[in-house]
Amino acid sequence: MNKTRIITAKEHIPTFSWQFLFNELKPRGKWLTPFNIISIPIILLGFGLIVLRFWKGIGAVTNLTQEVPWGLWIGFDVVTGVAFAGGAYVVTFMVYILNMKQYHSIVRVTVLNGFLAYAFYTGALLIDLGRPWNVVNPIIGNNYGTSSVMFLVAWHFLLYMLAELFEFSPAIAEWLGLKRARKILAGMTIGAVIFGITLSTLHQSGLGALFLMAKEKIHPLWYSEFIPILFLVSSIFAGLSMVIFEGSISHKVFFDQISEKNKKAHNGIIHGLSKICAVTMFAYFFLQLLVFLHEQNWTLINTPMGYWFLVEMIGFVLIPMALFFYSYRTANIFTIKLAAILTMIGVVLNRLNVSIIGFRWDAAIPYIPSWMEIVVTLAVIFTEIWIFRWVINRMPVLRESPSWAKDDNH
Amino acid sequence: MSIDRRNFFKTIGIAGVTLAVGKSAGATSTESSKTEFRGMLFDATRCAGCLECEIACAKAHNQPEPTDELKVDVLRKTSEVKRCAINYHTTSKGEVLVRNQCMHCNEPACAAACLTQAMYKTKEGPVIWRGNKCMGCRYCMVSCPFDVPKFEYFSANPKIEKCDMCYDRIMKGQIPTCAEACPAEALIFGTRRELLTEARKRIAENPEGYVDQVFGETVAGGTAFLYLSPAPFNEIGFNTKLQNSSYPALTKGFLYSVASVDVLLPALLLGIYSATKKNQSKEEENE
Ligand code: SF4
Ligand code: SF4
Repeated sequence: MNKTRIITAKEHIPTFSWQFLFNELKPRGKWLTPFNIISIPIILLGFGLIVLRFWKGIGAVTNLTQEVPWGLWIGFDVVTGVAFAGGAYVVTFMVYILNMKQYHSIVRVTVLNGFLAYAFYTGALLIDLGRPWNVVNPIIGNNYGTSSVMFLVAWHFLLYMLAELFEFSPAIAEWLGLKRARKILAGMTIGAVIFGITLSTLHQSGLGALFLMAKEKIHPLWYSEFIPILFLVSSIFAGLSMVIFEGSISHKVFFDQISEKNKKAHNGIIHGLSKICAVTMFAYFFLQLLVFLHEQNWTLINTPMGYWFLVEMIGFVLIPMALFFYSYRTANIFTIKLAAILTMIGVVLNRLNVSIIGFRWDAAIPYIPSWMEIVVTLAVIFTEIWIFRWVINRMPVLRESPSWAKDDNH
Repeated sequence: MSIDRRNFFKTIGIAGVTLAVGKSAGATSTESSKTEFRGMLFDATRCAGCLECEIACAKAHNQPEPTDELKVDVLRKTSEVKRCAINYHTTSKGEVLVRNQCMHCNEPACAAACLTQAMYKTKEGPVIWRGNKCMGCRYCMVSCPFDVPKFEYFSANPKIEKCDMCYDRIMKGQIPTCAEACPAEALIFGTRRELLTEARKRIAENPEGYVDQVFGETVAGGTAFLYLSPAPFNEIGFNTKLQNSSYPALTKGFLYSVASVDVLLPALLLGIYSATKKNQSKEEENE
């Protein structure tokens, strides 16, 4: 692919040493950016709240009740966050399986995003577990709850994190200058991709399947036996909208890292992704409609929850879908970005409606997250962005790979 | 890079791992359903509201004894410090007393939900909780159709609390402490089959006194706790909209498909991959 590339700059192959690692660990660049000023206090506060949670119990920081045992940390951090991390399996599918080379430049950043998302949501999960010291039980076999959806989700989650780590590992090897390791790791990419897509299909739908037994607890407009399929299909456009959104931010923030060629290609990529969003959203909307008719939910529409359902379906599925279709022709980047943001709001609404808002919507004491739950959630997200930035500034993610690693296309 | 032999085996190897995982995942626990489950029968016509069962339960499990008064239509809930609760309801048949606690389902949603089998349906009938396995994810609470398991939110070492039908007593050959304490024999212990026959007999002998239904016979796929009541069950605080089939069955479809997706999808992906690769190398040759 890069056979004709002319090597201009003197490429420097770093040799691995502890000194090098130590230097890389130090922060770079300006300290007092607006992002740092906002995020540092929140991260510190969040950390304090986590200490409080382990000291006094989950009830000391959350508003969870006996009727609503899962709140923001599960409903938003895990259930919603994983949907947004779906971009990685979709993009690797396009690039490695369908061989759509034009999207190659966004693979690494998307996989990195996905990996960090999973790593941090698992972290958030540990905070939410009442007895986290037993978290290894389903792995070491104390016991294997094989009839549990959560058991399957947990395993698929864990293995997928490994797969993503393998997919990303060539970038780490390039950063450390480990030539041989890079060659071996790059050779494993396709296996990791196939494995990863399979695992994603199942845990994306599995997150929906978690709620199947809560049949009478979830508002009928959001409960159906098709939750797993709906979750899977919506994870496609949720993930891609995230890729579009994250890409346009990265292109501003890390402008200097991106090659001219990739800058030019970026709008084309966004346009291509928007087409996929349009089509999958159409399928999703159609499915939702079928489910709605199948469950005969007409009478529920004329209730407050019914209006709320319409807001989600029309405002944040139908409208962004129309915008995506509109930009199909016009290739208007602004419209696409707007549609991506609306879609993301829609996915947040959908996941929260299933897991929190519609869950025991009739409970005597409704669950409303405490400010502390929100701060911890923000702290998790901000820490993740910190790590993301740290990696981007060091490893060839947005940047081109060093020339010694250019022999193939991984 | 063409798909050389080494890569091919790598991919097949990975597919094999998925196969193995898929297999173990697909296998569902076939709890020997033929064992005689023990259960309890509560007859609302006999309960006197003395709270002796609650007091005995609290004593046996180191929980505070009830201090509140039993009042008509004031709901007394079970909680993380209270495994059972007697409630007083106004119904079309007058005031009726009813007891709430874990139903000990035949096919418990909580146990199917639990990823470590900490919630566990014993072969004797009681559904028990095992602290050395539980990771506190509270998925059992999300899944239980009766909202039974309770969580200690204000503890650094929280437990899941619910009635365990005095499993340790049963294993010692004793009967649950509540049944022992009940002076009116409103609460009796036995095998589920005996209790069902007994319940049917009471209805047959006194059709005026009971609604013609044993609550627990079919709800949620059947429960080990059975109820007789003079008034319709929705009037004494039960959710009669709950389905009659088992709750774990709701996830069966998904669980079964996991194994096949784990096996078939990698093969399919590998197929598409090699097809698109071939196309590409052809294109490159033509370049
Ligand atoms: S009533 Fe709830 S907690 Fe009790 S066995 Fe059934 S599902 Fe489990
Ligand atoms: S909280 Fe404990 S008992 Fe309940 S599902 Fe989770 S691990 Fe199982």
